[in-house]
Amino acid sequence: MVIDQDLVRHLSEASVSVELETPEMTLNIGPQHPSTHGVLRLVARVDGERAYDVKPVIGYMHRGYEKLAEVRTYAQITALINRIDWVSGYANEVPFIVAAEQLMGVEVPERAQYIRLILSEMARISSHLVFNASYPLELGAATPLFFALRDRERVLDLIESVTGGRFHPNFNRIGGVKPAYGSGPTTKKTIQDLPRGFLDETRSAMDKVLATAAELEALVAGNEIILARTKGVGVIPPEIAAAYGLSGPNLRASGVDFDLRRVSNYLPYDKFDFEVPVGTNGDCWDRWWMRLQEIRQSARIIQQAVDSIPSGPLQAKVPKVIKVPKGETYVRAENPKGEMGYYLVSDGGLGPYRLKIRSASFSNLSILPWALEGILVPDIIAIMGSLDFVLGDVDR
Amino acid sequence: MQIPRIPGAGLVKGMGVTLATMVKTLFRPSRYLATVNYPKVKETPVPRARGVIALDPEACTVCMLCSRQCPDWCIYIEGHKEEKQPDKPEGRVRVRSTLDRFDIDYALCMYCGICVEVCPFDALFWSPDYEYSETHMGKMLHDQDRLTAWLATVPPAPGLEP
Amino acid sequence: MAEFFSNDWVQLALKVLIAALIIPVVGLVVGFAELKLSAKMQSRVGPYFAGGRWGWAQLIADGIKFFQKEDLVPADADRPVFKWAPALVLMATVAVLIPIPFAPGVSGADLDLGIFYALAVSSLATIGILMAGWSSANKYSLMGGLRAAGQLIAYELPLVLAVVGVVILAGTMSLDGIVQAQAGWLSERGWQLGMPFVFVQIVGFVIFMIASLAELTRIPFDMPIAESELVMGYVTEYSGFRFLFFFLAEFANMFSLSAIAATLFLGGYWAPFLTEQQLQFAGPFILFAKIGILVFAMIWFRWTFPRLREDQLQGLAWKWLIPIALLNILATGVVKVVA
Repeated sequence: MVIDQDLVRHLSEASVSVELETPEMTLNIGPQHPSTHGVLRLVARVDGERAYDVKPVIGYMHRGYEKLAEVRTYAQITALINRIDWVSGYANEVPFIVAAEQLMGVEVPERAQYIRLILSEMARISSHLVFNASYPLELGAATPLFFALRDRERVLDLIESVTGGRFHPNFNRIGGVKPAYGSGPTTKKTIQDLPRGFLDETRSAMDKVLATAAELEALVAGNEIILARTKGVGVIPPEIAAAYGLSGPNLRASGVDFDLRRVSNYLPYDKFDFEVPVGTNGDCWDRWWMRLQEIRQSARIIQQAVDSIPSGPLQAKVPKVIKVPKGETYVRAENPKGEMGYYLVSDGGLGPYRLKIRSASFSNLSILPWALEGILVPDIIAIMGSLDFVLGDVDR
Repeated sequence: MQIPRIPGAGLVKGMGVTLATMVKTLFRPSRYLATVNYPKVKETPVPRARGVIALDPEACTVCMLCSRQCPDWCIYIEGHKEEKQPDKPEGRVRVRSTLDRFDIDYALCMYCGICVEVCPFDALFWSPDYEYSETHMGKMLHDQDRLTAWLATVPPAPGLEP
Repeated sequence: MAEFFSNDWVQLALKVLIAALIIPVVGLVVGFAELKLSAKMQSRVGPYFAGGRWGWAQLIADGIKFFQKEDLVPADADRPVFKWAPALVLMATVAVLIPIPFAPGVSGADLDLGIFYALAVSSLATIGILMAGWSSANKYSLMGGLRAAGQLIAYELPLVLAVVGVVILAGTMSLDGIVQAQAGWLSERGWQLGMPFVFVQIVGFVIFMIASLAELTRIPFDMPIAESELVMGYVTEYSGFRFLFFFLAEFANMFSLSAIAATLFLGGYWAPFLTEQQLQFAGPFILFAKIGILVFAMIWFRWTFPRLREDQLQGLAWKWLIPIALLNILATGVVKVVA
């Protein structure tokens, strides 16, 4: 009879050990998993329900936009970069265009700036509504998804009525927004200014967005199960958040009052009255709450902007063939997911020499190994969802 | 952010929201339904919606600008030069470019609209039509006739906000 | 003719036939109700295409689709266990329905220990879930199965303890006897108002419903499936008609546990101001109406609440439900003895 010595040792140890021995296993969460918004893969060492050494594996969504930008013209890049964070496509375009305009020294007409601002804030509302849709779903509640997406559709319809695209507007041009194009004999092509009725529809849509925010609050905010799942879960202290380069609502949830809309002047935010919600605990609940409050603040900004939009031209005078003069600049913007920045280096050609994209989700995701150490498997999903990243924004 | 005092109050509140939505949707579907029975009922896209690119072959001068500016080169154009006899005997013989082939591969197209924008002779238009899916990717290459047929679906431009 | 039906074997065959039919029919009806009601709660249309009006044939079409799928068994799976697990889950569901009285004296079998039997058999389904999770040779399935086992142990206790109060009040464990104890009949003194136990045992009723939701592994207690954490938990590796078995069993289980709850707490087939002869015919419909209310509540919870975490679920059972249930038994016993 053959005696398995390993088994004997294991049994003898098990009998004397005070604690119950449990074998560990490696659990792959993703890349094809119903909750990882896209193709994030998490490799976790799992002991029962507790996870250790969680490593995010990224790159499944890499599309090489930084390299691609080097071989494309400025007009083509605008069409590409709104695919980085597809949930808020419009907001991706603005900092890049502003960077090119800074190098060219172009003064953008005020109306164009207002249109940019309105559409950026709409992109923020749509992105935060997607978060409000998907986060309860990750915690198991399916209905908030439909309430939030129902109203996102209103916002997307408005964006589409102006730009022609729901997710990928491609509406910004260097020197302003999409100009009147076509000088031929037909009259079908006209100025791409705001279509008639847009301002009124925006006003009523913002009222509905605010109503939905109240509805979501009733459905989710008081819910004891949600509170139990999110309060005190995934606490990120402010110093850790800053050290990992978190930005946007995630940083503000940790109690750091930092909003690029106030610091940077890429769009005329200083003309509007709005509050920047700041959290106290830095847990999942605060991150959820931040985004719900930002929806309200964005709606407030849009209401003010719609009432005070000036008339005037949509485009500054720019040459027909755009060549950005030699130089380099970095423009960052407060995107729905956090700080989005473009480091643009131009050698005077038709396209950039180098374009470094600083995307918010990449930095936000980098805290995962720290935040997920030694927690329960259900909390992995709760924390991951609360950081609200988009894999297109992570991998670019 | 107030936390409810009575345990379970938040749960009951949430149940109230779903029940209210259910009753509203059951009895006033026309107002509260967010979705439509798609093949039977269709939503009208906005006039500017970038659904499909329509071609006016009369206006096209085979200048190839759209094809060259396309970020993923999904426009295929071929043409030839044709001599046009002068109307009057003293006139010169004019050379006119004629379109032989104008194909757009919609499997590649990313709907950026650069081609429509750069066209100097207003030959390309956006149409909001979206029902042209195919069962095979190769069939997404649509030819000149199909693109011309879409010209009829191009809506008039919307009025502008002052 | 009457002689023919009074034959034991004919009765047995009829009962088997009804039991074989009731699961798919109930599964389809409850499943369809869930599809449509959840759609309305989310301001959607819901299924509308299959079968023409209202999409009534949606689930039948789904079922046919499942039968066309390949019956995959993972290479490392424990084949017999893997294959029998769905059957066990479905079997438990059928078996629960046996002692439920549909009308005075009409039930699969009027057992003296009816409620005891029903609760014992209903937990067999969890064994099936554990079997499925263990045999799939999949990490997600294993975790789902183990969560289901933990849940079974935690929630079987409050489920049984919640029933004890009813049993004390009724003085019998026969389900027909429990219904009779709640019913009020026409006597020489006029109509006697019955007293469904939900009025005196509201605590027991709430605990029973919570525990049966956990037993069903439905939201807010659906950790064994938890699609955002464990893909599909113990059903991850199932396909084709075995998946359909789990699918049907979930809806049929909702029905059978609601049937128990309706019998225990809502008075079963009994409704006020109906004589025993009338109840012979109206009884099943009354019971189905009561079951329908409970099933609707379950669907309503499902589409409103998120899920708890595993430790919170255990905490809820051990720290709250079991002590409250014990207190409820104590109070019921005291009242019964004193009164």
